Amino acid sequence: MMNLISNDAGKKMMTINMGPQHPSTHGVLRLELDLDGELIHAVRPNIGYLHRCFEKYAEKVGEYSKVIPYTDRMDYVSAMNQEHGYVTAMEKLLEIEIPERVEYIRVIMAELQRIASHLLGIGAFGLDLGAFTPFLYLFTEREKVLDIFEKTSGARLLYNYMTVGGLIKDVHKDFKADTAEFVKTFRPKIKELNDLLSYNRIFIKRTANVGVLPDKVALNYAASGPVLRGSGFKWDLRKDDPYSIYDRFEFDIPIGKGEMGTLGDCWDRYIVRVREMEQSLLIIEQALEGMPDEGDVTEASPRRIRPKAGEIYARTESPRGELGYYIISDGKGAPFRVKARAPSFVHLSMLPAISKGSLIADLVAIVGSIDIVLGEVDR
Amino acid sequence: MGILDKKYHDSNIIIVNLESALNWARKNSLWYEQFGLACCAIEMMATAASRYDFDRFGIIPRSSPRQADVMIVAGTVTMKMASRIERLYEQMSEPRYVISMGSCSNCGGPYWEHGYHVLKGVDKVIPVDIYVPGCPPRPEALLEGFIKLQEKITGETIIEKEEGSSSELEEVSQAKTA
Amino acid sequence: MKQPEEIFEYLKQKFGEDSIGFEAPEVGQPWIEVDASAVKDVMKFLRDDKELRFDVLMCLSGVHYPDEEAVGVTYHINSTQLKHSLALKAKAPIDNPFIQSVESVWKTANWHEREAWDMVGIKFKEHPNHKRILCAEDWEGHPLRKDYVQQEFYNGMPTGDN
Repeated sequence: MMNLISNDAGKKMMTINMGPQHPSTHGVLRLELDLDGELIHAVRPNIGYLHRCFEKYAEKVGEYSKVIPYTDRMDYVSAMNQEHGYVTAMEKLLEIEIPERVEYIRVIMAELQRIASHLLGIGAFGLDLGAFTPFLYLFTEREKVLDIFEKTSGARLLYNYMTVGGLIKDVHKDFKADTAEFVKTFRPKIKELNDLLSYNRIFIKRTANVGVLPDKVALNYAASGPVLRGSGFKWDLRKDDPYSIYDRFEFDIPIGKGEMGTLGDCWDRYIVRVREMEQSLLIIEQALEGMPDEGDVTEASPRRIRPKAGEIYARTESPRGELGYYIISDGKGAPFRVKARAPSFVHLSMLPAISKGSLIADLVAIVGSIDIVLGEVDR
Repeated sequence: MGILDKKYHDSNIIIVNLESALNWARKNSLWYEQFGLACCAIEMMATAASRYDFDRFGIIPRSSPRQADVMIVAGTVTMKMASRIERLYEQMSEPRYVISMGSCSNCGGPYWEHGYHVLKGVDKVIPVDIYVPGCPPRPEALLEGFIKLQEKITGETIIEKEEGSSSELEEVSQAKTA
Repeated sequence: MKQPEEIFEYLKQKFGEDSIGFEAPEVGQPWIEVDASAVKDVMKFLRDDKELRFDVLMCLSGVHYPDEEAVGVTYHINSTQLKHSLALKAKAPIDNPFIQSVESVWKTANWHEREAWDMVGIKFKEHPNHKRILCAEDWEGHPLRKDYVQQEFYNGMPTGDN
């Protein structure tokens, strides 16, 4: 769709459609661009092409525990973190105590999923910019994580593994050995990724000084996760508003420093994700050490979930940012209202502000560096 | 063994009927249009990656529908997206095939009951050749879907049908108005 | 760091008892009720005041209350400097569902309010782009209302299971 609009200065601007089917938009996203040649004057994201009625399902499905498979399918790349967020909110509402072993297993699963999600995000980002090899190498590593998930829960991508109060079943018997093996073999791969992609001259030229996001603007737009940390603001829910047992672990929060260009550009957001993977490995090692060997993972799950009338907003740190669940209960067995606050939805609304004045090729880099998943944006 | 594996005694001229040659060429280089909508797209990407390689079957991704033979509808089809899928299908040139991957595009999937915005199956707007079940289907299941498609192509004929022969598109538009 | 009850007392001094109320349910988190016409002033004060400094609007959700025949918005805000969070609610009757927009206070409210309009049917005054965001443009009805009946056909395609 093109039409030539002439504005007062006598220049002719073109309105072009990018998407919903496009190889670089990470899903069904439609961007309307006002262009002057290749220069972007305005971007208008159009979403809703994957609106799957998650919130209506949460009300109609009849039980609180039946909502969990639908939370998996919102952000399908990091399903364990979605489940973790929902069960954390429900357990706060029900005010129940969780056994130690369950907490440790949940943390290990969440951190493994964080690594798998970052591998896919970085791989797709490189693929958008033309780097095909890191995509293949990183997917091989991701398959190893998915192997561990498959042995434990039975599924590769959408697990339905955590329940309110526990897990559906215990981990498989080689879980500790497999995870320790993965941690050992994965560390040198991060160095390989840095050699291949992070400090590659072409990659730096494409991502440095592109899509600069100042931290005051980021806070007003409620950015969180690697997008906020890439702008130099040290904020991580695992340290600043701890949930589960994250306050027992020692790990660092990497932030962007403007090493290759301006503070808050695409390269900063990218390198925050790479360094976060290293920190996740530290958390997994500490959790494997501290995990109790005995314990029943299903003992604390209530047979009937029926909270009293009330409401709660609980937030957890998903690989994309702050994932919040707002649950209103009216005393019956089904939720009255569930709202999922998705980080990608919030970050995508920032796109017009940070991409004004860039080229179309830069827009591809910006969308890739924000790392959106359309299942979450549209729910 | 295939045609290219044999050793011939006399000369290097092979006589084969045109149908077999065309079908052989078409089924061994099916280029798919990268059309991932939702979760199944991740499994499609995993099938294209190193472990469950697609490339060894001659299947590579193309970004534009005009350069593709197969459209893999991977993911949930919503009402807003359905008209775009139809348009993309019409942009593909014949012979063209559609693989519906995953529960959501087969029949609506987990969203069949209360999903007001979900189209219950992509076959309500375009004709589908192969259905691959699963939520999401394993990469091996998608590969089996492609092998079944190859078997289907082997049985195709270039001879026109006798009575009442109509093109594919005519059939689709008749089905929609019915 | 302040607790919600302290913030409520502080706001009561500034805005008076008519516009501000406090509710604490049996389980979960308490909230502050704000009159629908005073929303923007209260939010601006919460963002700019030195003692409160709520710089992030975490979530804005639209809710339909069929028993009270009202629709409402719940705001969840957070201060990264002083590390406190707060929940606020504003309600409007269902035959006059107008609430002031807080887009001028926190830019992130833009898309959240569009979603509340799309899903629950709340109209926001002075919103720069008051259009549907998730459902198709010509969709009928507001899906998250409790009495929503889905349309049978959309552009010739059946929405149901037939």
